Amino acid sequence: MLTQTPTPLNEDALKVRVEDVQLDITFEQLKRLVSPRALTGETMLMNMGPQHPSTHGVLRLLLELDGETIVNCIPDIGYLHTGIEKTAEGKTYLKAIPLTDRTDYLAPMSNNMAFCGAVEKLVGIEVPLRAQYLRVILLELTRMNSHLVWLGTHALDLGAMSVFLYCMREREMILDIYEAVSGARMMSSYIRPGGLWRDVPNVFFDLVQRVLDVFPKRLIEYEKLLTKNPMWKDRTVGIGKISAQDAIAWGMTGPCLRATGVKYDVRKAYPYSSYDHFDFDIPTGTNGDVFDRYKCRMEEFNQSLKIIRQALKRLPPGPVMTSDRKVAPPPKHEIAYSMESLIHHFKLWTEGFKAPEGEVYFAVESGKGEYGVLLSGDGTSKPRRVHFRAPSFHNLQPINEMARGQLLADLVAIIGSIDIVLGDVDR
Amino acid sequence: MTDWIVLGLLGVLSVASALGLLLSRNAIYAALFLVLNFVIGAVIYLVLNAPFLAVVQISVYAGAIMVLFIFVIMLLGAERLTPAENPPGLNYQRPLALILGVLALGLAAYVLLTRQASAAPVAQSVDASPTAVGLQLFRNYVFPFEVVALLLLAAMVGAVVLTRKTE
Amino acid sequence: MPVVVEVTLKSAALIFVLLTGFAYLSLLERKFIARLQARIGPNRAGPFGLLQPVADGLKLIFKESVTPKGVDKPIYFLAPALVVVPALMLFAVIPVGKGATFQLASDLNVGALYVVGVMSLAVYGIALAGWASNNKYAVLGGLRAAAQMIAYELGMGLSVAAVVLMASSASLADIVAAQYPEQYGGILGWFLFRQPVAAAIFVIAAFAEVARAPFDLVEAEQELTAGFMTEYGGMKFALFFMGEYVKMIAVSALFTTFFLGGWSGPFVNEAPILSVVYFTIKVVVCLLAFIWVRATLPRVRYDKLMDMGWKVLFPVALANVLVTAVLILLGLPGYRL
Repeated sequence: MLTQTPTPLNEDALKVRVEDVQLDITFEQLKRLVSPRALTGETMLMNMGPQHPSTHGVLRLLLELDGETIVNCIPDIGYLHTGIEKTAEGKTYLKAIPLTDRTDYLAPMSNNMAFCGAVEKLVGIEVPLRAQYLRVILLELTRMNSHLVWLGTHALDLGAMSVFLYCMREREMILDIYEAVSGARMMSSYIRPGGLWRDVPNVFFDLVQRVLDVFPKRLIEYEKLLTKNPMWKDRTVGIGKISAQDAIAWGMTGPCLRATGVKYDVRKAYPYSSYDHFDFDIPTGTNGDVFDRYKCRMEEFNQSLKIIRQALKRLPPGPVMTSDRKVAPPPKHEIAYSMESLIHHFKLWTEGFKAPEGEVYFAVESGKGEYGVLLSGDGTSKPRRVHFRAPSFHNLQPINEMARGQLLADLVAIIGSIDIVLGDVDR
Repeated sequence: MTDWIVLGLLGVLSVASALGLLLSRNAIYAALFLVLNFVIGAVIYLVLNAPFLAVVQISVYAGAIMVLFIFVIMLLGAERLTPAENPPGLNYQRPLALILGVLALGLAAYVLLTRQASAAPVAQSVDASPTAVGLQLFRNYVFPFEVVALLLLAAMVGAVVLTRKTE
Repeated sequence: MPVVVEVTLKSAALIFVLLTGFAYLSLLERKFIARLQARIGPNRAGPFGLLQPVADGLKLIFKESVTPKGVDKPIYFLAPALVVVPALMLFAVIPVGKGATFQLASDLNVGALYVVGVMSLAVYGIALAGWASNNKYAVLGGLRAAAQMIAYELGMGLSVAAVVLMASSASLADIVAAQYPEQYGGILGWFLFRQPVAAAIFVIAAFAEVARAPFDLVEAEQELTAGFMTEYGGMKFALFFMGEYVKMIAVSALFTTFFLGGWSGPFVNEAPILSVVYFTIKVVVCLLAFIWVRATLPRVRYDKLMDMGWKVLFPVALANVLVTAVLILLGLPGYRL
C-alpha cells in the first residue's frame, strides 16, 4: 500500500538505504536479508523496536513492508545481552543460581530448577521426595506465572487492555507465594542443588489453596472475554502459522511446538523431579497458528492446577534438602556442637562444593518450552562452561517464516503468541 | 450593503486560495488550498441563503473528495515532485491551460459587463431549503438527475474494472 | 440583546463547558476503567483525584515544545488545531435543552447534513499530522485514519438519513420533537426503538469515527506506537487528546439527539432546566458505554475493519434507508408521517 517512489539502483541511493536501516552491516549483507524489491525502493524498510511497545522488551525487527504486508521480518537481537552464561563460569555452583533467575525473569523457579537439576546430575545428588514434590508445585505455579504474563501482554498487544490487568491481579497471588517461600517476589533463587533453600512456611499451603480455589473461576472469565470472542478469533485464527516439520527444524519447543500437533513435553519425555508420579495431559493444537498456541497455554493452566492438587495431596513429610553435607549446608544449630559441621559450613560458603570432570545436559519444561542447561565441570567448584538452551531464543528464530505475508498488525499477535522474554533470548 | 462587503471579501479570499493552489510546489499544500477554496465557496452559499448547497459542498467536496485526494498523495509519496520529474509528453498542457484560462476570464468579464446590473443578490427571494431543492430535483429535473446518477454509476463500474487485478 | 452578542456568549459558554467536560471526561474514563480493571485509578490530586485533570493540564503546558527534525512545520503545527475545531463545531446544531436558551442553531434546516459534513472534516487533522511528522509510523496512522473515516462516514451518514426520513426534517430540533409523537407514551417513541438498525449502524460508525477502541487502529499503540501522534508532545499532544474526547462527547450527544429522544423527559414543560439535566444524563450514559467497550474488546484488524465498513455496514445502511422509505410510504404504524 505505502510505497516510496522507485529510484534507479545506484551507489548513492544504496548507501542512503543502508544508512537508513542503521544496522551494523554492509550493503552486501543487507542484500542477502531483504528482497531485491527493497533495494529499488519498491518496498519499505522500517524499524520496529528496540523501543516499541509490543516487541516485549528490546527486540528489534527490521521489517520489509509492501504496504502493511510483511515481506521480510529480520530479528536483530542482543540489546539485552547481559553475559549471564559467561558470568556464571566465574561463580561457584551455588552462587550462579541468582544469575539464572535473571534469564527468563518471568519464570525464575524453572530456571533455578534447570540449573540445579544439571548440578545434581553432574555431582550425583539425590533429592528428597518432599523437595521434589514441592518443586513440582512451585514449577507449576511458575508456569502459571509465566503464562499469566504472556496472556496479559498478548491480550494487551491485541488491544484487550483489561485482561492484562486481570492477569496481573492473578499473578499477584503467585508472587505472594514466592515471597512467602523465598522472601523475594521475582528473583527467588529458592531451588538449590540438593533440594530447597528451606522448608515452606505454613502459610504456603493457604496461599496455594487460594490459587486453587480462585483460579478456575478466573480462567472461565478469560475464556468468556477472549476464547469465545469473535474479534479475538478474528485476530488469532490462521495467523502466524507454522508446520510441525518447520517448527521442529527451527528448534521450537513448548506450547509453540505443541500447537502444531507435536506432543513433545520434557515433563513426559524425560521426567524430572518425579513428574512421572502425576497424572496430567499434554494439550496440543492442530494448526500451529496464534489461536492454537493460545488454546494450548490456556489448557495448560488447567493441567498445572491438576498437578498442584495431586502434589499437595500426596506431599510426603521429611527433609527438603539432601543430607549430603558436601553439598548441603548443615543446620545452624549443629555448628555450635559439631566441628565437622563447622568445617562443612566454612568450606561451602567459601569455596563451594566441587563437581567432577564431565559434561551434562539437563532440561526442564518451562512455561516457554524446553529450558536446558549444559554444564561442563572441570573438577573445581566452578563450571568450565555454562550454556542455557533458552526456549525464547529458539522460538523467536522462525519469526520470518511465521510473519511473511501477514499484516503488520498480525506481527504483533505473532510476537505475543511465541511468548519471548528478551532476557532469555540474549542471556 | 454588508452583503456586498462580505461577498467581496470572500471573493478576494477565494481568489487568493486559488492562487495558492496554483503556485504551491507541494501537492499537499495545493490540496489544502483547494479545501480552503471549497470552504470559502460554502460560506458564499451561506451568505446567499443557500445552506443546503453550502453543507453539501462541505461534506462532498471538502469532506470526501479532498480527503481521497490527500490520501492518494500521501500514499504515493508524490507530494514533492519537481517539474523535471513530470511525465514527458505533457508539455503542451501549460500553453493550453493559459489559453483556456484567459478564455474563461474573458467570458466572466463579458457576462459581468453586459449583464443588467441588479440592486442586490437575487438569492434572497429563492427558497433553498432541502425540501425545495429536493422537490426541484425530483420534479422538474428528474431526467438530468437520473442521467447523472447513471453516469456516475458507469464511472464507478469503470474504475472497478480498471483497477481489478488481472488473473 | 443583539444576535451577535447572544451567539458569541452562548458559544463561549458552550466551549467552556465542553473543555471542562473534556477534562473531567478523561478523569471519568480513568476512574471508571480502573474500576472495571480491578484498580483504583487516580486519587492523589485533590479529593477523589478531582484535581487530576488540572495536574495533567499543568504538566502538559510546562512540557518543552519539541519540534522533530524534518517535519513540515506549518502543517505540523496546524494539524492539532484541525482536530479540535471540527469537534467543537459539531455542537453548534445540537439542542442541549428545551427552548431557545439552550440551543445555538438547532433549527438550522440542514442540521443533520451539517453534522455529517463537519464530522468528515475532522479527518484532515489526523491525516495531515501523520503526513507532516516525517515518521513512517505516523504516515501509516494517518493513512489508516483517512481510509477508515471515509469508509465509516458513509454508514453514519446513511443511518442519519434514515432518522431524517423518520422525522421528515433535517433540523435537529425537529428530530428531537419527532421522537415524541402523541400516540406513543414515553420512550417508545425514541428512534432507538423505531430505527434499531440505524441506531446500531450509528454506534458502530461512531466508534470508528472517533477512532476509539476497538477501532482505534489510527493510534494503535501496539502496532504503530501512537500512529499519527507519535511525534507530538506537550500541548500539541494535549490538543489531539482534547479533539478525541470532545468528539467522543459530540457523537454521544448526537446519538442522544438522534436516537434517545434528545433533551426530552418528564416535567420538561414545567421546568425547562430539567431538559439539560436529562440531556447530560443520557450523554454520560453513552460515554460510559464508550469506556466500557474500550475496557472489554480487543482491537480489530485494519483490513477487517475496512471490509466491515464497505461490505457490511454500507449495504445494510443503504437497505435500511430503502426499507424505511417504503415503510413510511406505506404508512405503517410508527412510520406514519
